[in-house]
Amino acid sequence: MEEKKTSDKKKISRRRLLAGAASAATIALFRTVSGQTIHAAVPANPAQAVPLNVPDPTKRPGPPPGTLGKRSPFEHPVKKPSDISSRTPLQDLYGTITPSDLHFERHHAGVPLIDPARYELLIHGMVDKPMVFTLSDLKRFPAVSRIYFIECSGNFRTGKETMTPQDICGLTSQSEWTGVMLSTLFRELDISPKASWFLAEGSDAAVMTRSIPLQKAWEDAMIVYAQNGEAIRPEQGYPARLLLPGWEGNTSIKWIRRIELTDRPFMTREETSKYTEPVRNGKIRQFSFEMDARSIITFPAYPVQLERGWVEIRGIAWSGRGKITKVEVSVDAGKSWHPARLQEPVLDKAHTCFRWLWQWKGEETEILSRALDETGYTQPTLGQLIAARGEDMGGYHLNPVTAWRIKRDGTVLFRPEKWK
Amino acid sequence: MKAVLLIGAVLCLLAGGLCLLASGGMDRPVRFGFGHPATKQQVKVLDISIRPDGKGLPAGSGTSRSGLPVYMIKCAACHGRTGREGPYAPLVGILGDTTKAKTIGNYWPYATTVFDYIRRAMPYNAPGSLSAEEVYGLTAYLLQANRIIDSNTLINAVSLPKVVMPAMKFFVPDDRRGGPEVR
Repeated sequence: MEEKKTSDKKKISRRRLLAGAASAATIALFRTVSGQTIHAAVPANPAQAVPLNVPDPTKRPGPPPGTLGKRSPFEHPVKKPSDISSRTPLQDLYGTITPSDLHFERHHAGVPLIDPARYELLIHGMVDKPMVFTLSDLKRFPAVSRIYFIECSGNFRTGKETMTPQDICGLTSQSEWTGVMLSTLFRELDISPKASWFLAEGSDAAVMTRSIPLQKAWEDAMIVYAQNGEAIRPEQGYPARLLLPGWEGNTSIKWIRRIELTDRPFMTREETSKYTEPVRNGKIRQFSFEMDARSIITFPAYPVQLERGWVEIRGIAWSGRGKITKVEVSVDAGKSWHPARLQEPVLDKAHTCFRWLWQWKGEETEILSRALDETGYTQPTLGQLIAARGEDMGGYHLNPVTAWRIKRDGTVLFRPEKWK
Repeated sequence: MKAVLLIGAVLCLLAGGLCLLASGGMDRPVRFGFGHPATKQQVKVLDISIRPDGKGLPAGSGTSRSGLPVYMIKCAACHGRTGREGPYAPLVGILGDTTKAKTIGNYWPYATTVFDYIRRAMPYNAPGSLSAEEVYGLTAYLLQANRIIDSNTLINAVSLPKVVMPAMKFFVPDDRRGGPEVR
């Protein structure tokens, strides 16, 4: 008894010592890197980095294990929010999975707070009897995990040289999504053979709705409740969303509360006045679901300062139609093209890493990438899109080849293109 | 896979009960029996969508005159006094010009969408707070402001789906044909 007490005392005091030392170490670290200092220490341009007074980590124990991990204080990748969306920092990421808190956002009336214990999904309309599924119900069905990108159909910006990949096309991200196939859910009901569409409705303040061809439900549509290993994030649709792989992001209704089986589209606001695009001869293209093949070089990109010598050109490529089969890189403004190395496994409707080794000898030049997908489609230039859709073409479903201009001093700038 | 399931489903119908399908060595029923039937009340509360043929439109009516005061009090602060000034989405525009701002007059193909959208999502800071009468009035007011109906037209469940929108004729379903074509 006495011994135990003594040894307990010993244990306690050592833990306290550890925690005390650790917190002292943490405090010391943060004091030198917090506030003004951290900005000076880790600026946008690494060439301006100022060495910090970081204590020798081999001389003092650090913080003990915790309940939630944090990024290093030297790393702060952030999204760029506007009033209606927030862009993923593509140039700061590695591999193809977007960290969940950096997944892009686009919603039409903010992020709703939903109690999962009260959540219900209603399926009704042209069915024999309408059904309600709780979140627990959804999780009981056989689960499926898939890696898919989501992309907003408005994911193209241009106009200035000082634009990062985030600025140009940061409205795309990728996660591993887990949920139940919509076809599995639909088989719980008798759907009328006359049904050919379904309306999906969300429970945000926009009560967003889209009409979806029923065929997609039998292909690869999912009701997703998990993202990268944990519950789907509120910004991406907690506690459950619709996921339509390869289709424009707004059709993947977040915070889904209702599905109505029907025989015609409802012509909702999103599919008429919003996510449609003017094309040739004054026409307005509607129900343009599929996101076409696309790629972008994420390194070197603005605002990187390039050094002469070997550089690995890196980027991501994706197609809403299926797999990327090839990505070609040009280092002479499009005169010649070289096939890049694709990171295996190349997945269906998923961001794919491409990489190509190059020696930069200091010449002024332009580097570009273009993607090819399994349907034989090659990512077009902006000129080809204008030729196909007319000068007055709308701003959705623009997936042009983009170029980075490399100056003799190593500055990398976007090459903006305008069409109206 | 689909064919197997179809055959399985047909067999189920004939057998009149649950049946098991072999799926990769794992037994799997066509139906799991999860979830529960929805009550009529549950469906009624959520079934708020309006079809282009007017199905779903509630009782009530409005005119441009009845909609004007509602617009001025609840809408003008964001959409502008005449529906053009902003700061948010312009609602009234130039007829026939699809390259400029997407307004109700030059870009919306269905009048029923106006009712559906206002009732579910507007005003932005208090969505779903308007009565059917108010929504009919606002719909009439905006259609009249875009010179699609006159100030005497009564908008209700019968007349609204009959309104032909000037932009309807521009809309085409996605004509991309797949393959290598850029379209």
